[in-house]
Amino acid sequence: MGEATLYGLCGAALVGLGLFGLIVHPQPLRKILAFNLIGGGVFLLFGAIARRGAAAGFGGDPVPQALVITGIVVAFSATALAVALLLRLFQETGQATLHLDG
Amino acid sequence: MTDRPLALDIGLAFLVLGVAVWTIAARDTFAAVVGFVAFGLLLTLVWARLAAPDVAPTEAAIGSGVTGGLLLGASTRLHGTQTPAPGEKPGAILRLAAAALCTVVSAGLAAIVLLLPEPAPTLAPQAATNISATGLGNPVTAVLMAYRAIDTLLETVVLLLALVGVWSLAPDRVWGGFPGPRHHADPDGLLPFMAQLLVPVGLLVGIYIFWVGSVAPGGEFQGATILAAMWVLAMMAGLVDAPAVSRRWLRLLLVAGPAVFFAIGLAGFAMAGAFLAYPEAYAKLLIVTIEVPVTLSIATMLALLVAGPPERALR
Amino acid sequence: MPNSATAGGFLLILAIVLPVTGALLSLVLGGRHAERVALLVMPAGLVVAVAIASVVWRTHTVLEYSVGSWDPPLGVAFRADGLSVVMIVTAALLICGIGAFARAQFPTPRGQETRTSLVFWTLLLAVWGALNAVFIGGDLFKLYVALELLTFAAVPLVSLDGRAETLTAALRYLLFALFGSILYLLGAVLFYGAHGTLDIVLLSHRIHAGPVAWAAISLMTAGLLAKAALYPFHLWLPPAHAGAPAPASAILSGLVVKAPFFLVVRLWFDVMPRVPERAAAQMLGTLGAAAILFGSVVALRQARLKLLIAYSTVAQIGYLFLMFPLAVEPETGHQWNTAAWTGGVLQAISHAFAKAAMFMAAGLIAEALGHDRIAGLAGIGRALPITVFAFGLGGLSLMGLPPSGGFVAKAMLLTAAVAEGQWWWAVVVLTGGVLAGGYVFLVLARALADASEPLTLLSPISPSRQAVVVALALCAVLLGFIPLRPSELLQIGRPDIAIGGPR
Repeated sequence: MGEATLYGLCGAALVGLGLFGLIVHPQPLRKILAFNLIGGGVFLLFGAIARRGAAAGFGGDPVPQALVITGIVVAFSATALAVALLLRLFQETGQATLHLDG
Repeated sequence: MTDRPLALDIGLAFLVLGVAVWTIAARDTFAAVVGFVAFGLLLTLVWARLAAPDVAPTEAAIGSGVTGGLLLGASTRLHGTQTPAPGEKPGAILRLAAAALCTVVSAGLAAIVLLLPEPAPTLAPQAATNISATGLGNPVTAVLMAYRAIDTLLETVVLLLALVGVWSLAPDRVWGGFPGPRHHADPDGLLPFMAQLLVPVGLLVGIYIFWVGSVAPGGEFQGATILAAMWVLAMMAGLVDAPAVSRRWLRLLLVAGPAVFFAIGLAGFAMAGAFLAYPEAYAKLLIVTIEVPVTLSIATMLALLVAGPPERALR
Repeated sequence: MPNSATAGGFLLILAIVLPVTGALLSLVLGGRHAERVALLVMPAGLVVAVAIASVVWRTHTVLEYSVGSWDPPLGVAFRADGLSVVMIVTAALLICGIGAFARAQFPTPRGQETRTSLVFWTLLLAVWGALNAVFIGGDLFKLYVALELLTFAAVPLVSLDGRAETLTAALRYLLFALFGSILYLLGAVLFYGAHGTLDIVLLSHRIHAGPVAWAAISLMTAGLLAKAALYPFHLWLPPAHAGAPAPASAILSGLVVKAPFFLVVRLWFDVMPRVPERAAAQMLGTLGAAAILFGSVVALRQARLKLLIAYSTVAQIGYLFLMFPLAVEPETGHQWNTAAWTGGVLQAISHAFAKAAMFMAAGLIAEALGHDRIAGLAGIGRALPITVFAFGLGGLSLMGLPPSGGFVAKAMLLTAAVAEGQWWWAVVVLTGGVLAGGYVFLVLARALADASEPLTLLSPISPSRQAVVVALALCAVLLGFIPLRPSELLQIGRPDIAIGGPR
């Protein structure tokens, strides 16, 4: 099951990359991007686990695959809410920053 | 099943990581978002390689397509505010510390991946033995609509709540009005022309993908996203205007999916002795009865989440 | 597949279905009817909560239900034990009180629907449904969905007034919450990868100490700590809870912030009960102690009443995490475990009532005066005596003075700490009580002082709203009449920590 492990490692790297972006970028929109990257990494890990669970004629364990679909939808709604908050904040203040004195 | 990863997979994995690095490291936010869309499309390929033909189109459509569209729109509107002030950018020491922390996290996770038990625990056999009771042919749909239907049900509510939250951000004076700016259809423009061609085709494709999901890869989320994308395209091309959020039919359309899901779930007490249980003879019929309004509702929710909060008041 | 306890299970389903369908209905019917829908759902939900409690108490067993007749690991199970039941009833009482209080602030509009009335009532019901889903969830992924439901319902309540400060606070809250969720999900993914199930009970049977289990639990705990605003993840809480409208602050500080704590308890006591975790428990306790000291000291320095109360929440959450080092000591005897267990849970619910009352009192004061500056509170004690009295009653619980639930909770934590030889936690509890006394008296002294000129209230405050505030504060006081020993109700479902020995 070589490709599962490979993509699992890829997912692990993505989580770290996304976490770095989250810490290092002050702009909220970049943080939101970083969140999506971390999410992609976590889902990829789950997908690797699903692939490892291939059995009974299925190419992968269907339970984690279904949960990833749910997770992708939930992640999108989180992004939508965060972006809407950010845009509204920009409308109100003319800036897109999280600093309270801004 | 191969034991060693193909060169294709190694190359794809490196490409994915490379694009991810680009997304983090790019100075310009717009470039970063473009990188993210590419990242999503590459992930779609990865899902195909991981034998997940249901996840791949979901990632392409929602993870990359709709999310990317949303972020592109946002980065355009926020253009000019995205260069951080000198005081805000973290210093070199913080960046080094963050890099060290993240390397440790990644390394730890990588070690865990290598330490996962062999043979891998899996629910695939259980899913396979029980699938005949659901009347479905696609095991992922069986998980989403039967075994773990409560997750899917709550997830539709989560989507709806996110929409309510987005709507709540409208200024009071435009409450109840139309989301987003009015797009006017330029009669000579390319976008309306293409939209008029694509939208009917896209609607059919979306319906087909939803329908076929009970026996083959596909299903409500993928189908709903395509329907939503067509609606968004039509709105942006100016063919239709975004509906006002106070319209009763819109609210009904949004609520129909979760409501039918709840109703059939509660009826399960009478029919099969438990919430969200389906009597074996009617399982597939009930599941499809749930899926149709859920697909329509989710398509509406996705399209409206992209459209954003009301910005133009009702006349 | 056979199903268990269908009649009781129906109640569990209703606990989620009622509030959520109420939210859907209020969205469809529109802002003109949202309040009425909420007022219909609230008593019904309270009845369901009490019914669940009575079933669990009568049968003295955990109420279990497999959704769709699919048993775990393939399906999802709901479980209500003593702890769940206590939280569900608290949530129902609190929501009913908040609903009664908020009617004047978010009334049904006469003409067109208004944004705030629709959004507030819809989201309040959604928060309730999400809380119940967290309290009875038995599956880690379903709990993830419930947590997201809770976050999306709570965040827009913070920014309801649309000002730049509250928008910033809401965005910061959302980012912290998303950070917490993704860590939680990562941990759950690792659990599945190692054990092939996400069901809590099945996991507890299959789990064994090892790097995978440790990594998973650390990630999930870290994520939940960020959502619970435990020091050092507390930065988002004060502006968010202070910026929300008073009834929203009440539910945010009262219960929304307790849900992640509830899940940490589930993880540590239900998923990993037999894995020794003393060092980690001490670390959680240390963070809790830091929260108590930091939160209380910063609260003393606040100029605005709502911010003071919000920092007090940061401090009081710290007490909850003192439960961990005191309750995970299998060697020193079961009785002190149970005392710490009862104390921690009692702290959670008495704080919920007390804090809700205090936020609502602060809301009434702000409505009356037009501001919530502590320095300008002089004379409000004469103008709104009942409100200030309620504030004081809530403060009793925060300080840990009798009679109050807070006193019983802190006394149990103290006795457990002393009996187990971990006297340093006792010092922290006592110091926290003194500091809490400091900031409560700070406010009361100002409020009871005479104004230099007669006070004119901006708007009349109806006695019924003040009565609701007092009622909630009295709940916190009534909890103080619980006997000072481990609670039998809370023991239902605790296999390892049993009064008088293992099950």
